[in-house]
Amino acid sequence: MDRRTFLFAGGSLAASIPLSGSWMARAQGEPIRIGLMAPLTGVVASGGREMVDGFQMYFAEKGGLIAGRPVEIIVEDDGANPDIALQKARRLVEQAKVHLLFGNLLANTGLAVANYVESTGTPYFIPIIAADDLTQRHRISNVIRVAGYSASHFPRPLADWALAQGWRKAATISQDYTFGHEQCGGFSQVFRAGGGEVIGQFWHPLNTSDFSSYLGQLAGLGVDVIFAMETGADATRFMQQYRDFGLKGNIPLIGAMNMTDQSVIRTMGDEVEGIVSAAHFAEGSTVPATQEFVARYEAAYKNLPSLYGFAMYSGAMWIDEALKSIDGDISDTGAFLAAVSKTELTGSPLGTAVKLDDYGNPIYDVVIRSLRKRPDGRFWNEPIAEYPAVSQFWTYDPEEYLRQPAFSRDYQG
Amino acid sequence: MTASLSSDSAAAAGDLSTSRVGKAATVSVLLGALVLAALPMVLPNYQVSVLTEVLIFAVLAMSIDMLAGYAGRTSLCHGAIFGTATYMTIWLAQDGSSIAVAMIAGVLMATMLAAVFGMLAIRTSGVYFLLLTLALGMVVWGICLRWTSVTGGENGLRGPGRPEFLNDHVSFYYVVFVCVALITLAMWRIVRSPFGLTMRGIRDSESRMQALGYNVPLHMFAAFTISGFFAGMAGALYAVFNNFVSPSAVALVLSVEGLLMTIVGGVGTLFGGFIGAAAIIALENVVSLYTERWQSVLGAVFIIIMIFAPDGVLGRLKDGFGKWTSRSSR
Repeated sequence: MDRRTFLFAGGSLAASIPLSGSWMARAQGEPIRIGLMAPLTGVVASGGREMVDGFQMYFAEKGGLIAGRPVEIIVEDDGANPDIALQKARRLVEQAKVHLLFGNLLANTGLAVANYVESTGTPYFIPIIAADDLTQRHRISNVIRVAGYSASHFPRPLADWALAQGWRKAATISQDYTFGHEQCGGFSQVFRAGGGEVIGQFWHPLNTSDFSSYLGQLAGLGVDVIFAMETGADATRFMQQYRDFGLKGNIPLIGAMNMTDQSVIRTMGDEVEGIVSAAHFAEGSTVPATQEFVARYEAAYKNLPSLYGFAMYSGAMWIDEALKSIDGDISDTGAFLAAVSKTELTGSPLGTAVKLDDYGNPIYDVVIRSLRKRPDGRFWNEPIAEYPAVSQFWTYDPEEYLRQPAFSRDYQG
Repeated sequence: MTASLSSDSAAAAGDLSTSRVGKAATVSVLLGALVLAALPMVLPNYQVSVLTEVLIFAVLAMSIDMLAGYAGRTSLCHGAIFGTATYMTIWLAQDGSSIAVAMIAGVLMATMLAAVFGMLAIRTSGVYFLLLTLALGMVVWGICLRWTSVTGGENGLRGPGRPEFLNDHVSFYYVVFVCVALITLAMWRIVRSPFGLTMRGIRDSESRMQALGYNVPLHMFAAFTISGFFAGMAGALYAVFNNFVSPSAVALVLSVEGLLMTIVGGVGTLFGGFIGAAAIIALENVVSLYTERWQSVLGAVFIIIMIFAPDGVLGRLKDGFGKWTSRSSR
């Protein structure tokens, strides 16, 4: 099958049910074209590949139909570069005439595309882009974070959980870019408000290969717990060196969900055991819906699902459900977006109902997860505690919260 | 003085209006302009936006060519100068300044940056010039990445959108077309002026020009600043085109891409910038439709061009046409 555009053979399905021919003819109609952008080259290419896998897996299971209409997915590589992402978005909207856009991984690519669709009005869904302000201070009505999360969302319950362990002194280490500033900001704000102290915050450049100077300083601070925010290869190296420098077992390590995501730990061993993170999804959950999804994904791709695969799968389901509620009629963008906002997703691999808050960000039951070894030797995230119905605003009043500045290196709550 | 110039550049520009090559060149430039003016009438909307990008990047490539082709200095910081104008334009525009004021400020900022870089870089040549400009460009990139409160860091800055009358691709294209035509004319006048001849003199023999009494550092400084001024113009146009800026607009990749466009088109041909920009942007757009490995294809095409047309596409055409006319006139 052509890698770039794959159009399911909805026609063959229609032919196999001759009696319902007239119904099929009506339901089939013109395909719904979805522009899917993901970084298939560049630093985060492996995550991008899993985004495409998760998205396509959903429609493969549904026989290539969305709300009874055939679906055409046009995949574009955003190269992990905002300028390329912008160009691809223009091509998808203006040349391929897609009905909606989906995807992107890095915040800067998502922000560039969001800024573009603000002028075209094209619905744009971002299950992976976590930049806080897209559902906070700079909302765009046609950009909706279905099945996604905002960066500072999950570190808040994690900070609360850390306080409950009796830990009062913490340090953070993070990659020095907005995604890291926002996650550390969420953690620090709640940790301080609950009576804790954040003694040191370290920011290192993306693609740091040697963490020794940071680990040396972290070890000397005398903290009870360390919160780390790492993605990709940095996450692998950080966790390995954390063990090599003898910190593992001495200072508990907790972190952002992307650090302990399957896309990172898949190839790792005992060094990751016991690292705690917070997320909406845990592949080691005992919830039947999650277990079934993990089994199906493992059968299809021979790997445990990562956050990327899960989020894109659920995002696809969200749009499918929303379109079903308006009989697959996507011609009225306003009605379609309203349907998406109203949709309460019940069938997702989470096994619980998920709905959007008034700002377009989902409210989740957040689980605190610990990395444990499965019988087959692979590691996965198992839930150890749960915080029901956590919104991106935690316990704050949204309007009051939005008056504080966005998180940055200089502002950490 | 003319005698000291290498013969190829004399053929390239010196006798443009007299020789047959010159006539052919004039005709092709006019023809090219005509094609560029007519294309938006037949192309679909999206391709018009790609064509707009080609024009903008052609200006960047020509500004690099001014230094590389005429002054013999290959710069790796023009992307950063370009992006500085983009940043300045968007930064002002998002605060409510009018787009024209923002663009002018962007160009000024880029020119000032080029002047500072020029003062530092003109004392060197060859590989040292390459490395110094590389480092200077990286400084700009680092600042844009880390100065989050102003540049938005990794996330970049979002612009306010184009003014109403420029919103549709075709009208915006024609505005850019007119700007680029004027910029190109200005650049062409400069490289053909006595100043341009001096630059070529410096390229061919710095010591001889010095002995002849020319102030070489001053000329190099002026050349660098002027070239930066044009790169800044391209950057300001790009700001309006993209309505978004992030550190990738000042990254080394952009400087290298600009240089590749210059080389593919033909170093020292000026107009080659259009061919180079068109070739590379078209390749990016067309090949990436079929394969994720479009960069490999780009690399292969680049190698082929270097083997069969080491002077670039336009250099090769000129060379071929020159041979053909001299043979037919014999």
